[in-house]
Amino acid sequence: MPLILKLAGRNLFHDRLRFIATIIGIVFSIVLVTVQLGLFVSFERTVSTMIDHAPADLWIMRFGTKCFEDPSLLDEGERFRALSIKGVADAVPVVIGFAAWRMKDGGTTPVFVIGSDLKAVGLLPWNLVAGSIDALSIPDAVAVDQSYFGRLGSTGLGDTAEIRDQRVQVRAVTKGIRSFTTTPFVFTAIERARSYIGIARNKATYLLVHVAPGADVGSVRKRLQETLTKAEVLTPAEFSARSRSFWLFGTGAGAALFAGALLGMIVGTVIVAQTLYSSTKDHLNEFATLRAIGSSGLYIHTVIIIQALLSAVIGFCIAAVIGMIIVVATATSALPVYMTPTLTTIIFLLTVAMCVISAISAIVQVMRMDPAMVFTR
Amino acid sequence: MEAIGVVKFLGEGASQVRALRGVNLSLNGGELALLMGPSGSGKTTFLSILGCILSPSEGTVRICGHSTEGLNPEQLAKLRRRHIGFVFQTYHLFPTLTALDNVRMALEVRGERSSRAIRKARDALAVVGLSHKLESFPSELSGGEQQRVAIARAVVGDPAAILADEPTAALDSENGLSIMSVLADIARGPARGVLVVTHDPRILPFASRIIRIEDGLIVGEERGVNNRWTSAAVGKA
Repeated sequence: MPLILKLAGRNLFHDRLRFIATIIGIVFSIVLVTVQLGLFVSFERTVSTMIDHAPADLWIMRFGTKCFEDPSLLDEGERFRALSIKGVADAVPVVIGFAAWRMKDGGTTPVFVIGSDLKAVGLLPWNLVAGSIDALSIPDAVAVDQSYFGRLGSTGLGDTAEIRDQRVQVRAVTKGIRSFTTTPFVFTAIERARSYIGIARNKATYLLVHVAPGADVGSVRKRLQETLTKAEVLTPAEFSARSRSFWLFGTGAGAALFAGALLGMIVGTVIVAQTLYSSTKDHLNEFATLRAIGSSGLYIHTVIIIQALLSAVIGFCIAAVIGMIIVVATATSALPVYMTPTLTTIIFLLTVAMCVISAISAIVQVMRMDPAMVFTR
Repeated sequence: MEAIGVVKFLGEGASQVRALRGVNLSLNGGELALLMGPSGSGKTTFLSILGCILSPSEGTVRICGHSTEGLNPEQLAKLRRRHIGFVFQTYHLFPTLTALDNVRMALEVRGERSSRAIRKARDALAVVGLSHKLESFPSELSGGEQQRVAIARAVVGDPAAILADEPTAALDSENGLSIMSVLADIARGPARGVLVVTHDPRILPFASRIIRIEDGLIVGEERGVNNRWTSAAVGKA
């Protein structure tokens, strides 16, 4: 083992109690950062999940629509105008809106209704684990996600409830279609959705445009935008980004998650800095000896940085295990914590950065050290 | 190693003191010189300046022909690791490293990290009689053994000068004499001089030259009893 690593490691592990306290501090800090960033990723994915799963080349929506959940309505006329545009193969209407789900026991819970034309390529449920899309054609049929059974007072296929005093029956069950607002999604045919939400038959929230084979999406979009004066036309990526931006930054939800992560980083930095500072102070005599026998400043700084990196690696490994347990434990919950390889890498780099920044106070202390102290101590 | 007209002010403002008042000294290869004087006489300050740890306020220090004037801390550190070995009163070993690794550290800071460095460290410990304590930690060694490790660390890089600050002060008589014997052996070669700061009269028999310092001035110099390796004494107040 290189001597510099041996010296750094033994300096670090010499006082075991302090070392354990440091690692606990780092682990808590990193777990906090992991949860916050994991929720952020989860939030980001969930916010745009409907847009990302809708088979559309372009989205038509009312001007000023901020996000997918914005219930601004378009007239049926906009659909016919869109269909008249060269290169548009279809413009499938979709309606969305909040409604109250009344359970058999009389309790109610808000739901988010999504209605689409079952015969067209619209916004239909995916990840079906029971029932079928075709079953949604049956009168009163709806599809719900199994993660919301508890909220909906349902146990699976065949359960009934009411929306707007109209009977509904669960005919399809999905898995993993979660709402970031934790309000359950209810998929159904567009006509029934209009009825559940209480909007006119000639209204739609979105039009999902399918471009004809061979047509250029950009050109079709331009023609649509020139024709539709009361609506705007966005690509799925643009609409997804707009929705994420609104919910994550427009509402402050994302800022709150980032603030939590930042707080975790600050706490971790302070803990590691305090430990490295006191460790360096305890070993100041040794650093002075190193300097006296001719060590360069860089060598001494490297010893301290290695101590910081060792703390980072050990703390990260333990935090990663705890993080994975949290990810697994929340996987089927309404608000899962996501972890991706990229996020894991980012958190590792944040941990390293946190520990290296923490080393600054110790390095400053060593830089101020007078090597002549070896003659007086 | 040569000091010419070295003056050193310590402190600032009203509390400033003139610790050295124009000291001249040269340490030649093959001699073991003792720098003796009462507490506060400037011995340690002078040793720090000769060891390139402190810079003189006035005057010149030359190490193996290199002047220390105008050198920054990194350049002074480079001079130290190339030309000077240190032995301290309280040993200053790394408590978490073995005797072998403590000695290796002096080579490590010189950039020597190969298996040859390990061999050199083993040899240095053998010279001071600690071949059997290579893997012992400082806490497992007696005071005398710790000081031997410190001497091995000082000589392993083959420096031109060894500067020792009260090397026997923390040792009993037997160990003190043993340590001085080792230092005297080290000074036997013509390429290396040893300067020992002390006020321990027991070690006078080992000296080839005795320099007395008081109030920041060298006030006397005499040939030691053990002057068979002595070169011409040059220093004077």
